[in-house]
Amino acid sequence: MRDFTLFIPEYIAAGAAVGVLALELALPRLRKDALAWATAAGAAAWLIAALFYVGDSPGDFEGLLRTDAFTAYFRILAAGAVLATALFSARYLRDRTRAAGEYYGLLLMAGTGMSLLAAARELLTAYVALELLSFSLYVLVGYLKRDARSNEASLKYILLGAFSSAMLLYGISLLYGLTGSTTYAGVAEGLAARGGGTDLAALAGIMLIVAGVGFKVSAAPFHMWAPDAYQGAPLPITAFLATASKAAGFALILRLFTEALAVDAPEWRAAIAALAAITMTAGNLLAIQQTNLKRLIAYSSIGQAGYMLVAVAAIGYGDAAAAENASSALLLHIAGYTVSTLALFAALVAHYNRTGDESIEGLRGLSATQPFLALVISASLFSFAGLPFFAGFATKLLLFQAGTGAGLLWLAGLGAANSFVSLYYYLMVMRRMYLFDPPIGQTRVRPPALLGAMAGLLLLGVLFIGVYPGPVFEATDGAAAALFEAGAAAVARLP
Amino acid sequence: MAETDAQGYVLLTALALPLLAALALLAVPGERRMAARRLSAVVGAVLLGLSIYVFLAYRAGGEVLQMQLRWPWIEHVGFLGENGIALRLGVDGISALMTLLTGVVAFAGTLVAWKLEYRAKDFFILFWVLIAGVYGTFFSLDLFFFFFFYELAVVPLYLLIGIWGSTRKEYGAMKLTLMLVGGSVGIWIGVFAVVHEAGLGTFDLPALWEAGRSGALSPEFQKVIFPFFAVGCGVLAGLWPLHTWSPDGHMSAPTSVSMVHAGVLMKLGAFGIIRLGIQILPEGAAFWMPALLVLGTIGALYGAIAALTQRDFKLISGYSSVSHMGYVLIGLATLNEIGVSGAALQMFSHGVMTALVFLLIGALYDQAHTRDLRDFGGVARVMPLWVVAYVAAGLANVGLPGLSGFTAEFHIFVGTFRTYPIFGGLAILAAAIAAAYMLRMFATVFFGPLNPRWRELRDLSPIEMAAAVLLIASMLVMGLWWAPFTDRLAETVLNLPGVTG
Repeated sequence: MRDFTLFIPEYIAAGAAVGVLALELALPRLRKDALAWATAAGAAAWLIAALFYVGDSPGDFEGLLRTDAFTAYFRILAAGAVLATALFSARYLRDRTRAAGEYYGLLLMAGTGMSLLAAARELLTAYVALELLSFSLYVLVGYLKRDARSNEASLKYILLGAFSSAMLLYGISLLYGLTGSTTYAGVAEGLAARGGGTDLAALAGIMLIVAGVGFKVSAAPFHMWAPDAYQGAPLPITAFLATASKAAGFALILRLFTEALAVDAPEWRAAIAALAAITMTAGNLLAIQQTNLKRLIAYSSIGQAGYMLVAVAAIGYGDAAAAENASSALLLHIAGYTVSTLALFAALVAHYNRTGDESIEGLRGLSATQPFLALVISASLFSFAGLPFFAGFATKLLLFQAGTGAGLLWLAGLGAANSFVSLYYYLMVMRRMYLFDPPIGQTRVRPPALLGAMAGLLLLGVLFIGVYPGPVFEATDGAAAALFEAGAAAVARLP
Repeated sequence: MAETDAQGYVLLTALALPLLAALALLAVPGERRMAARRLSAVVGAVLLGLSIYVFLAYRAGGEVLQMQLRWPWIEHVGFLGENGIALRLGVDGISALMTLLTGVVAFAGTLVAWKLEYRAKDFFILFWVLIAGVYGTFFSLDLFFFFFFYELAVVPLYLLIGIWGSTRKEYGAMKLTLMLVGGSVGIWIGVFAVVHEAGLGTFDLPALWEAGRSGALSPEFQKVIFPFFAVGCGVLAGLWPLHTWSPDGHMSAPTSVSMVHAGVLMKLGAFGIIRLGIQILPEGAAFWMPALLVLGTIGALYGAIAALTQRDFKLISGYSSVSHMGYVLIGLATLNEIGVSGAALQMFSHGVMTALVFLLIGALYDQAHTRDLRDFGGVARVMPLWVVAYVAAGLANVGLPGLSGFTAEFHIFVGTFRTYPIFGGLAILAAAIAAAYMLRMFATVFFGPLNPRWRELRDLSPIEMAAAVLLIASMLVMGLWWAPFTDRLAETVLNLPGVTG
């Protein structure tokens, strides 16, 4: 059915994107941070509109797109991430560029792409949504055009991104050739109709898709772009890459692997489990030797992607109930990770706006000069490491426990061991902030009002999820249930 | 399901108070050290009162778990079923005793930290977070919260030692944190495995204990998983050969942190072996206990011999702690009533005794800025009170009748002789070596000619004296009249699965 009212939130987002572009063209003298406020207002409107859809019965658009609790979850996440990124960018971008309309417009576009990606139930629709997100990000990563690193990052991201898109497309075409359909339900049916057994075409198609989405979520060995892109990108875009872009990858993975590819779980689950193990280990080990804060966060987020893939592996190994529990725990972990990362970046952007220093060494003595920012950074890092009171403790424990439910104790154990490794490099950052004195001459300063308030608010979120994850967990449980309802036909056939 | 009873709120208060204190301190301006100290002293005193109440109100011979409180937290979501995760608090005889220990040591630690000048407010914030973690671990009857508070007790140590420590503080802090958190990985894996295998969709500890007892967790499974808990908790308990963080950590740590750390935190490890190892996995425990016995005995002997060769006060105490925690493990490994009771008694006894020792070392080091035994001599002439307190601690360490060490070690030795006579003999040998290192210290430091360098040393301040008196009184009470302690332990210990009467 063609129900055009299902996507009013996305119309708002896309409309705001065009509006912001037009605003700068119409009023070229406008202060650049006004564009940030306009973007934030657009994102807020988008967020509010998305909230109206929470609790609605699932809507279907021609079998291509579906709005349900799962879509709503990622919509809210996307709108929230765009809102936060726009506010992070206000002063950062005003200080650095003369034209900002495209930046904010593309940011909203990227968010729209993410939202549609979570709704997509057809391979080409998903591909187009993914490219909308990716192309926006290619430009955003290279937005500081006078900065050589930003250019390098963008080029690397585009080349490797295009390569991965090609792999994804090749995989899609193989699946289409095998099953004669591009809708997830059709693919599932076609794969089931083969009557089991491995054949080379299906295996090749699935592996190409695994590689393609592995690139999007920066899973090792497809992670090479991430450290450079994170480092070269404007700092707020790094935040967006680490949160929304990664979450979008998992939205695609979840829809795809629980519905279209659910039947063929035996063919991909071992690959995903191996990918999870390699990703978390590589990310955390490589993070140890970093001296640049952005690169450290890049590797740490690679490690996080590895933890998240544990749940995807669990979807492949478990029965329907275990798979649903794993999805729900994964969504909970994504929520906790996103809030923690945004809190971290609120503090880092505030620090960077003042000092322009993005090395770990530059955090020296931050506990004396900016105690509040130091506290927020520590809380976020502790949340990543999974220490109590912070989101990561509860979400990671539940995530790994859900993985254990599917018989992946070894992978959960490896995850726990990796968390331990990660604590080491987080402590090395903490050490700079708390154990060292600030450079001579630096005294205590107040944190900037807007970023300080955002950091405080996000910190409360980190604590809330860490201490009382119940409400968020219930919401993600609903989203996971919707996901499996959509894929019910396929899941019923799970071997 | 256990209903909340009114006394449960006492536990909740004891758990929440240190956290609230930490929050309140956040609001105190950094320059107002006096306000931070006073607030902390009051909180410490109230906690001591609550802890004494918990210990006294625990009825010997009643139900094992008392003062329960249960707040549903998350249930019927994801894989969590009925009672998925609940804030369930309660004490048994062992944790009631540990609560008393925590109250005593935490209050003494607060008093000792009184003279801290550098970033006093921040110190107390972290200190109270740590204490909340300790109480929470002793009270928790839910695996999720047990682990939550266990980690909470470990993490602040990094900053507490790194910022306020002394000798090689960064090295000591990092080594300690990594080793302890590394141990947590083992616990973490054990938690995943147990919750999954029990298949109840709950983290409720009594339910998991029942699963372990009833055979829902198969003996093979228990045998595989027990080492994860035993080694994971054993790191914190100073289990040889994973004890190496302990001497370094103690050497670096500031006085009150050493007190709390050696006094209470190391007990969390042994307590974890009981709560998670013996109670969830009784079959696994029975299978592995001989190994734990061997390691405990090696630890007891190794610690004592190492202490004999050291010249730094803190290293001596650090190794002596390893030795004494070895006794605790020996006592647990006997799996008979007397031995396990002795282990619990030893946890208390060693806790107060070692807290006193670290208090005294701190009082000396703050003035002398050296901890080398050979630098001293004849200190008794300038610091008589200090020497008296040290002698009391030393004699408790050696196990002199009338002090707590005797009570505890006597139980452990008797228990060990019942099951493993040879190891009983080895444990007594370790006690004899303890006498040697203590007497050597008495001779070189306290007596003999006074080094003129130390003529200016001042004796204990009144605040330190108050803390010392509190700790000595605790040692005396347990040494002279141990019935209140053993009575409260008896029922609990007999109810541990696999423990023989």
